[in-house]
Amino acid sequence: MLKSKTFLKKTRAGGVMKIVREHYLRDDIGCGAPGCAACGGAHEGPALEPQPQDPASSVCPQPHYLLPDTNVLLHQIDVLEDPAIRNVIVLQTVLQEVRNRSAPVYKRIRDVTNNQEKHFYTFTNEHHRETYVEQEQGENANDRNDRAIRVAAKWYNEHLKKMSADNQLQVIFITNDRRNKEKAIEEGIPAFTCEEYVKSLTANPELIDRLACLSEEGNEIESGKIIFSEHLPLSKLQQGIKSGTYLQGTFRASRENYLEATVWIHGDNEENKEIILQGLKHLNRAVHEDIVAVELLPKSQWVAPSSVVLHDEGQNEEDVEKEEETERMLKTAVSEKMLKPTGRVVGIIKRNWRPYCGMLSKSDIKESRRHLFTPADKRIPRIRIETRQASTLEGRRIIVAIDGWPRNSRYPNGHFVRNLGDVGEKETETEVLLLEHDVPHQPFSQAVLSFLPKMPWSITEKDMKNREDLRHLCICSVDPPGCTDIDDALHCRELENGNLEVGVHIADVSHFIRPGNALDQESARRGTTVYLCEKRIDMVPELLSSNLCSLKCDVDRLAFSCIWEMNHNAEILKTKFTKSVINSKASLTYAEAQLRIDSANMNDDITTSLRGLNKLAKILKKRRIEKGALTLSSPEVRFHMDSETHDPIDLQTKELRETNSMVEEFMLLANISVAKKIHEEFSEHALLRKHPAPPPSNYEILVKAARSRNLEIKTDTAKSLAESLDQAESPTFPYLNTLLRILATRCMMQAVYFCSGMDNDFHHYGLASPIYTHFTSPIRRYADVIVHRLLAVAIGADCTYPELTDKHKLADICKNLNFRHKMAQYAQRASVAFHTQLFFKSKGIVSEEAYILFVRKNAIVVLIPKYGLEGTVFFEEKDKPNPQLIYDDEIPSLKIEDTVFHVFDKVKVKIMLDSSNLQHQKIRMSLVEPQIPGISIPTDTSNMDLNGPKKKKMKLGK
Amino acid sequence: MAGLELLSDQGYRVDGRRAGELRKIQARMGVFAQADGSAYIEQGNTKALAVVYGPHEIRGSRARALPDRALVNCQYSSATFSTGERKRRPHGDRKSCEMGLQLRQTFEAAILTQLHPRSQIDIYVQADGGTYAACVNAATLAVLDAGIPMRDFVCACSAGFVDGTALADLSHVEEAAGGPQLALALLPASGQIALLEMDARLHEDHLERVLEAAAQAARDVHTLLDRVVRQHVREASILLGD
Repeated sequence: MLKSKTFLKKTRAGGVMKIVREHYLRDDIGCGAPGCAACGGAHEGPALEPQPQDPASSVCPQPHYLLPDTNVLLHQIDVLEDPAIRNVIVLQTVLQEVRNRSAPVYKRIRDVTNNQEKHFYTFTNEHHRETYVEQEQGENANDRNDRAIRVAAKWYNEHLKKMSADNQLQVIFITNDRRNKEKAIEEGIPAFTCEEYVKSLTANPELIDRLACLSEEGNEIESGKIIFSEHLPLSKLQQGIKSGTYLQGTFRASRENYLEATVWIHGDNEENKEIILQGLKHLNRAVHEDIVAVELLPKSQWVAPSSVVLHDEGQNEEDVEKEEETERMLKTAVSEKMLKPTGRVVGIIKRNWRPYCGMLSKSDIKESRRHLFTPADKRIPRIRIETRQASTLEGRRIIVAIDGWPRNSRYPNGHFVRNLGDVGEKETETEVLLLEHDVPHQPFSQAVLSFLPKMPWSITEKDMKNREDLRHLCICSVDPPGCTDIDDALHCRELENGNLEVGVHIADVSHFIRPGNALDQESARRGTTVYLCEKRIDMVPELLSSNLCSLKCDVDRLAFSCIWEMNHNAEILKTKFTKSVINSKASLTYAEAQLRIDSANMNDDITTSLRGLNKLAKILKKRRIEKGALTLSSPEVRFHMDSETHDPIDLQTKELRETNSMVEEFMLLANISVAKKIHEEFSEHALLRKHPAPPPSNYEILVKAARSRNLEIKTDTAKSLAESLDQAESPTFPYLNTLLRILATRCMMQAVYFCSGMDNDFHHYGLASPIYTHFTSPIRRYADVIVHRLLAVAIGADCTYPELTDKHKLADICKNLNFRHKMAQYAQRASVAFHTQLFFKSKGIVSEEAYILFVRKNAIVVLIPKYGLEGTVFFEEKDKPNPQLIYDDEIPSLKIEDTVFHVFDKVKVKIMLDSSNLQHQKIRMSLVEPQIPGISIPTDTSNMDLNGPKKKKMKLGK
Repeated sequence: MAGLELLSDQGYRVDGRRAGELRKIQARMGVFAQADGSAYIEQGNTKALAVVYGPHEIRGSRARALPDRALVNCQYSSATFSTGERKRRPHGDRKSCEMGLQLRQTFEAAILTQLHPRSQIDIYVQADGGTYAACVNAATLAVLDAGIPMRDFVCACSAGFVDGTALADLSHVEEAAGGPQLALALLPASGQIALLEMDARLHEDHLERVLEAAAQAARDVHTLLDRVVRQHVREASILLGD
């Protein structure tokens, strides 16, 4: 089994040190082709197909395997990932080089290799006795690797020939390096460039579009003019950053103005935190999120951030001069103090390119193959791609990756990756939304599903170990209607000593998801279930989320219970945690539960239990608010969906009942109890959740707004804020309080997960609790799964595992969870926005009452309580005379002609869908009341639906 | 850029071995004429030389003599040129003392010391880029060469743990990468453990697997050492002319 001899000597310069390492060469490494007698099938895992049925290639008609070199792998990974490309041999040499050069590509190639259907095989050529090559004198590492790849390719061809005489199998070497290809052909290895090979695949013409355009010859169109100055090499940049002549920072393009960007400088230095870049040349090919090096310009050239909105609309490449004109236009006279540090990009330290969603803007020339692609994200420049299927891609959402940005090209070059579907289609838009927010939403892989319990599932003797049988208790769950992932249930009963026993029972997800397996890894990656308007992206497979873990009524389910003994003043006397088996007696909705509590003639066990819970919850809530917990509010809407078409037919703001707050109170109590327990047990590695207090400046807008209504909001502590919010009532204006609470919500910071060993501030500001965690929703949050595991170890019900007690690993998990939660929130909002659009599309134009939330320099932001919809009413329009606007920052108010707008003023607005820009459809609002001549549109609500479309036309015609 | 990949997806280590495979071992016995027993072993790039004197009367202070068994005295030193940085003193530093102590514990467990009361057995080990395992294996051969009765061979091997897989017989690169490392000295016939040492943290759940990997490797070492001893005895008997 072990045949080894050769020693490898490596000499490392700089301090004379001779490093001797052993390098074993083996003869038991399989070639990966099944049925190969010589290797005796000595390979494990995914292997090549015995007779590859590849799409016919005109340059190589016989069956063949592919063997790409490093650069092909690095740049053409999009092609290799296509299902049409199968049977590829990845050499270890190639894989190592990829690993050193690009981590993302390395990860992708590993994923592909693990996919059984792709038949990728990794050949460990460096340790194979016949394919190992030693570095020759005067040969550099790159040349040696190229040679090693060629040797391996040659070996493969000879080896396959030996397999059987009539074997036609060939290994085709794919390289884009001309010299390497020539050498290979000299040595008798069939070699092609990637382009040659892909073009020869006559059955798959669409693959050509996915080729990255890196042709050395240069693109003939962008001949002459060099637009951008050269990027400095990394070594020079590092030198410059060290000496302070350059600054390193993250490039953030502006959404509003494609000729402007800011760079956030890394590090702690106070001045020059934010540097403005203006003009195409100074931006110098940096793309949003890149890490760049910038050079500060002399003070005389500093500019102020322009407030102009500019979108890149030029189709023509040649109008760079025109662009310069626009640039000059930006530099309008501004006062001295407005000037900000200005700089220019001298080099790129790290590109952070990813595939972008967007649409094709078809070239004006009909036969042209080069087209511009407009990303959905306005901060990304347009990308030039080459495609033959422009007419099919028109009006579709597509994904494009950037390949490079040459100095003489106005736009970066890229290639087409994937077609998502038609614009405006619900599936396409949802896909875009999920992709843009980086929400993992692929169906669960076979590996993940293999860790699910086998059906039919029942509780076994083994499951009952360390578990208490609570099936006799009268437990029920209270959830929103239509909820299938029920992760909490409650009970309350009177004990013999007169005290009350209250139990919160949470689905025992950690029983099914064992640490470290594929199922665990996948749910850790997803982090949270994402609820979109018509769709739910589950964190765990449906079998668990809607069946085995869901605490449905009248079935035995495993749970993790938190049981308190309380007196009638809701003071906790005893706390107990245990794993348990429960049998829920009823799954109620909030409304049903409320009905039971309220109706006097119902006196069954469930109802008395609910009444007991409700009574205690009220006391708990009162006590919590006394301590200074905040009751905030945000306008939440629900869509009523058509059951057939899944189109939204009505919107409704969420109703809050007593029972909502009842369930919430006990969940908070359970979370706090668990947080205390796990922190006690694991002071260094408990997963907790904190909510930092916002800096006082955040409240300014709220205080000012309240003052304009003669109300005072104190913000020094959470308690005084809560109290002053409670007192801020106006008899003539009942909605004011809600509005104030909505504003207060906007002032808050994000709550985050953290590891207790890495931080020392645990306080949860919003809940006014010194310690908090998430325990109650393990089906839809991964944080709760970890907390469950910690708690299980703390009570001795489960065994620990290494990663659980590693605080750095835990901190990494927290980081991912925080990111996923934020992204899930954004995705949810985007989904609501999209459905709102659909709703108004079907509804036509509507006039509604609204309240002003914020006042801006040239617009007001209004909230429509009926739909929970927020929108901006602009008072300046492109082709209209600008009205006279006077903005007062102190009050804040905006005076237009003769009408003054304050925060919280009631207005009436007209809502319509603006689909002039297909990619970014949006809700447009315009003022109806109060009437301002020339701005507001006349009120004419009668038979509006009839006149709707006509009116729209009129307006556009103006 | 990226750190060293100690174990590839295909299951090969940096130097081309699989997880459970040993490095190449070569050993010889009776390399020194003046000592009572001696042996030389090469495990990969690690080379160790062991000499044994005794049993003989206690040297130096008589008070050290033990009434019921022999005193085992071990000394470890490493060649000054054997490590990455050149050392000043070949022995007497903390690391060498600790190694000496560990060797002593190991061999007290293996040698039938009660056969030689009031006497002393000296084991001197020298190692290049030394590891405990090579020293123990060399010393075992040397003790056997000296004809001192032992319960069994003492076979030692190290093991590490990477990405959920236990690696047997760590090479220098693998040691330098950090991570848990376990040294095990085993009496293979009985399966008793003479010494077990571990540095760095390793979770309880993994211990058993790493231990098993080390034990299996030690048993493999035993097969090899056994072959060396038999070979040596055969050669010796031919020389004696039987």
